Amino acid sequence: MSQILIRFLVGGAVVSAFAILGDLLKPKSFSGLFGAAPSVALATLGLTIATEGASYAATESRSMIAGAIAFMVFASCVSWAMMRYKVSALLVTICAVPLWFGVAFGLRYMWLK
Amino acid sequence: MQIKVDPSVIGQTRWYEYAIRFLFGGLVTVAAGIIAKRFGPGIGGLFLAFPAIFPASATLIEKHEKEKKEAKGLRGTWRGREAASVDAAGSAMGSVGLLVFASIVWQFAPRYSAWIVLMGATVAWLTVSVLIWYVRKQV
Repeated sequence: MSQILIRFLVGGAVVSAFAILGDLLKPKSFSGLFGAAPSVALATLGLTIATEGASYAATESRSMIAGAIAFMVFASCVSWAMMRYKVSALLVTICAVPLWFGVAFGLRYMWLK
Repeated sequence: MQIKVDPSVIGQTRWYEYAIRFLFGGLVTVAAGIIAKRFGPGIGGLFLAFPAIFPASATLIEKHEKEKKEAKGLRGTWRGREAASVDAAGSAMGSVGLLVFASIVWQFAPRYSAWIVLMGATVAWLTVSVLIWYVRKQV
């Protein structure tokens, strides 16, 4: 239970820190870089290495490559859809989440299995 | 184009908007750990690059830009969407850096000190992301 609480607090703090950093910077295309910051990875991998070992963290990181490619597809589609269609950011981003799942799990089973 | 720091944004963001991002960040970090325990590190690792706070951040950018335009008596809906779209394009560039981050940790974590690897991978993420952004601006 305490491990979950630590993960929650560390994760929330690291993600918020990168998000605030992104908010502060201009232009928007540059601050957007911080939307793809390795915040969840930093919060998780430090704790994972300490509890499960470096090999376990390396396996997670290998899969993270597929997640990062899926993130690229997700963010590109969101950017395109918001310019192309007259829909809100919330609707586009939520509708695009299944795309992230499709690409991430597709790559995992085709390439990283 | 010059990179600037704009501290006025801090005042625009309400406390519950910070809380939402903290909550989502914390929840995804917990979920990534639980999924890795239940289904193994191969599946759990995917979630280290999950767009956890992306919907919240994009909505926030859209809302703030819209409010800025409306304060000047203009219609800000389109400007809000454009700002969120440009931010998402930046995130797509940053995701290449995220890929480099993951590759470095994958290759070096078993051989070197965890903190050195994580710090080095973070510097590599930032360097690659900024470089791609800079090259994109020049083209």
